[in-house]
Amino acid sequence: MSDLALIGSVAMVTAGITIAIGSIGPALGEGMAVARALGAIAQQPDKANMITRTLFVGLAMVESTAIYCLVVSMILLFVNPFWNYFLNQGG
Amino acid sequence: MQITPDNIIFYQYQFVVINATLVYTWLTMALLVIGAAWVTKKLVVRPKLPPWQNFLEIVVDGIYQHIAEVNQQEPEPYLAFVGTLFLFILTANLLTVVPGYQAPTGSLSTTTALAIAVFIAVPIYGIRQRGILGYLKSYLQPTPIMLPFQIIGEFSRTLALAVRLFGNIMSGNLLAAILLALVPLFVPVAMNLLGLVFGVIQAYVFAILALVYIASAATVQEKKQSISMEENS
Repeated sequence: MSDLALIGSVAMVTAGITIAIGSIGPALGEGMAVARALGAIAQQPDKANMITRTLFVGLAMVESTAIYCLVVSMILLFVNPFWNYFLNQGG
Repeated sequence: MQITPDNIIFYQYQFVVINATLVYTWLTMALLVIGAAWVTKKLVVRPKLPPWQNFLEIVVDGIYQHIAEVNQQEPEPYLAFVGTLFLFILTANLLTVVPGYQAPTGSLSTTTALAIAVFIAVPIYGIRQRGILGYLKSYLQPTPIMLPFQIIGEFSRTLALAVRLFGNIMSGNLLAAILLALVPLFVPVAMNLLGLVFGVIQAYVFAILALVYIASAATVQEKKQSISMEENS
């Protein structure tokens, strides 16, 4: 297999694995956070505003790990530095 | 497929490149500044307010109340900076419903610029509230051993702030483009609707995080005192 084909296939497989594994953790974490928040709102409906606000900020923080994985996989797929390097080398 | 609007170039003269990110940032800024200037040109204090003045007063007062609620302190010094961040990101994200508009927040350059603005604002507000020594002392706050981690945290949260906003908006655009190729009829509309909701939430989260970072640099001392007072009582 030539260098370019090797780099291309490895980049694609890695991008898929990155986003697949990287989304498991945040999904579980967000599920737990929402479940707890719903329980808290059911117990104290008068604090619903504060709980919702904190929940949104927390969800954004949790979700950012999944977003990092997405950005890394996008870099691998679209602006892969090694791909460009070997493309220049090969001419 | 475009990942960022940086790649769409309108005009190039040697090293001066005018790309879509710049043009749409200027458009958004012009819309906000000219709109605000036009509304506030003739302010009236009467029982019957003009509708646009009423709208702007609701927006500014809403942000003011919200900062006071989140922060538990005087919102006056934070209102201008945090409110501007929120309004700019919100307008940029909401204008994506206009066909042909590329949200400038979908480019890493814009979000990095906004995050660096927050990064610089943190010491400015901290020094203004507590003096240089007081601000520097906050880095040694629990123990001096934590100093490297505090500094790393300062940089990594700036990076996280930039990448979070960029990733959310970019993934929304990318998803819309992919779905447009797969199911071109109704699904992209629903995804765009979802993208609008995420745009509003991300603008809110960016502003809230900026507020939390700035306010925590400005008021570590007071909080510690109030906590120790609670423990004593």
